[in-house]
Amino acid sequence: MVEEIMSLINRSAAQMNATVLANKRVGQYHQIVFGIGDLVKSCRPGNFVAIKVGGESSRMILRRAFAISRVAESVSFGGTMELIVAPHGAGSKWLCSQAEGSEVDIIAPLGTAFGIPTQSVKALLVGGGYGSAPLFGLAEVLKARGCQVDMLLGASTGAKIYAPMEGKRSVNSLKIYTEDGSMGEIGRVTEPIKALIEKREVDVIYSCGPMGMLSAISALAAGSDVVHQCAVEEAMACGVGICMTCVLPVLGEDGKVAMLRSCIDGPVMDGAQVQWNMVGQVPEVTS
Amino acid sequence: MEYGRASSRGDILSNFDFSTTLGNAFFNTPIFTASGCASSGKELAQFFDLRDIGAVVTKSVMNKPRYGRPTPRMAETPSGMLNSIGLQGPGIDAFLAKDVPWLIEQKSRVIVSIAGETVEEYATLARKVRSVAGISALEVNISCPNVENRGLVFACDPDASRRVIDGVRRTIGGEIPIIAKLSPDVTNLPEIARGVVDAGADALALINTVLGMVINIDSMRPHLGGKTGGLSGPAIRPVAVRAIYQVHAAMPTVPILGMGGVTSGRDALELILAGASGVSVGTASFGNPLAVIEIQRELRELLTAKGFPTLKSAIGYAHRVEDQ
Repeated sequence: MVEEIMSLINRSAAQMNATVLANKRVGQYHQIVFGIGDLVKSCRPGNFVAIKVGGESSRMILRRAFAISRVAESVSFGGTMELIVAPHGAGSKWLCSQAEGSEVDIIAPLGTAFGIPTQSVKALLVGGGYGSAPLFGLAEVLKARGCQVDMLLGASTGAKIYAPMEGKRSVNSLKIYTEDGSMGEIGRVTEPIKALIEKREVDVIYSCGPMGMLSAISALAAGSDVVHQCAVEEAMACGVGICMTCVLPVLGEDGKVAMLRSCIDGPVMDGAQVQWNMVGQVPEVTS
Repeated sequence: MEYGRASSRGDILSNFDFSTTLGNAFFNTPIFTASGCASSGKELAQFFDLRDIGAVVTKSVMNKPRYGRPTPRMAETPSGMLNSIGLQGPGIDAFLAKDVPWLIEQKSRVIVSIAGETVEEYATLARKVRSVAGISALEVNISCPNVENRGLVFACDPDASRRVIDGVRRTIGGEIPIIAKLSPDVTNLPEIARGVVDAGADALALINTVLGMVINIDSMRPHLGGKTGGLSGPAIRPVAVRAIYQVHAAMPTVPILGMGGVTSGRDALELILAGASGVSVGTASFGNPLAVIEIQRELRELLTAKGFPTLKSAIGYAHRVEDQ
């Protein structure tokens, strides 16, 4: 099974210089659109892009990984890819400072994608902070399959919620939670999930956000027949499966825990298989 | 001969002799992956044809499957990075059953890298590698910094280094060359190099990462799960050039597989001029999966532009004594 995935993974990935078509501030984030031509045809919701940052003489030697928010094809711009970037560190700040027209070295699409059901199901999309970005692209695909798409977004404060107007069209419902109550309801995004599962109002949960949120959702879905597909986040050096830094303990079909790479065995993983309580540890060696 | 004054002669590019040898192993080109920076080759095969480079040096494998160290395993540093992987891997049996046959099927040249915790483990690994056909050379990694006990870094101890290589030599016979991978974290590198050559190493891999640490100023604790890690990338290139130059000066006939922060053809040339017969590209692949193939093309162009008739004529050229 793993071998099969290996032979397919990143098959469509390519390196290219992409032009920045638009870069605007949205709340605490930047919405950046790149022209990537025919590469859009290979991009699926959940895939990510690895971007070289800092320019030619930069002392930053590693690419930065970003979840692809959405891709589109238009007559005037060809294939475009949108990213939602939080200017946290030196690399993401550099990217957010790139003006329209500048060229950026990218490799895309990378990693696993969200599994799309063949029948219409009740899908719940849960995003934490800018983790909501790839969920809007996913919502469009699910909607086109006739799925019911409900979305829950949460953050510590309203300025950290990313919920574009146009994105709201592709969901049946959208509820927002903030811990300080500055937007939507006060509380955590995970609060309504238990009741939704019990009332059988959800078949599949798709999630993207901080590891604590993904872990909490996995705990809520445990014991039910709800499938939980989550996009994980671990520090990566390479993004293509060669450095072994971004590993997570994941239970395999053989009943053994393996340290899987979140870049090529993920970022989309089965939440029920990730050993959340062991993240940051390694399994005991038994033999 | 004096090189470096000739103009670029693109017409001889195609005839340029780019080949190199490490012990009795022949390679069409001198550019290799570095152990631990290419996994087992499959992931990079998406980006270029593995047949086009000198060889794939696989990630150091141990006798048993190994989980490695806890995360975080990585910290970017100025012009470099620290890693603390801890030799995560499938174990030698699964590796030889799956990964090596796949590489040989791709017609890639393969250098297998092994790592052990005891002299006996290295000998066991060598015996298992010997049983598989199609492997070009054996890298004996006696210098991985990411082990629990620094006392197990054999390459920091001349006597322990010799014992490991001696055990491997006796087990593997003379069929495939042994490349001993050494640490720069020693006071007298030529002495350790001489010891492993006397014990039977055919070639040397210089250098492994440099031991380092990053402290997270938010948690105010070591950032890496394993606390210490190996520093790699352009930050350590001058250390590699120095190590290769020193060892080549001490033992000019012993081939060196050089590595350490090579990111361009000019960096590769620097290591070759210092005395490397081949150059491994490691951390550069993390930032650019096409790095190995691009560096190879740049090196070839650069050697030709400088008027070297062959790669071999450039090896150790920085050591030349000027004609009067």
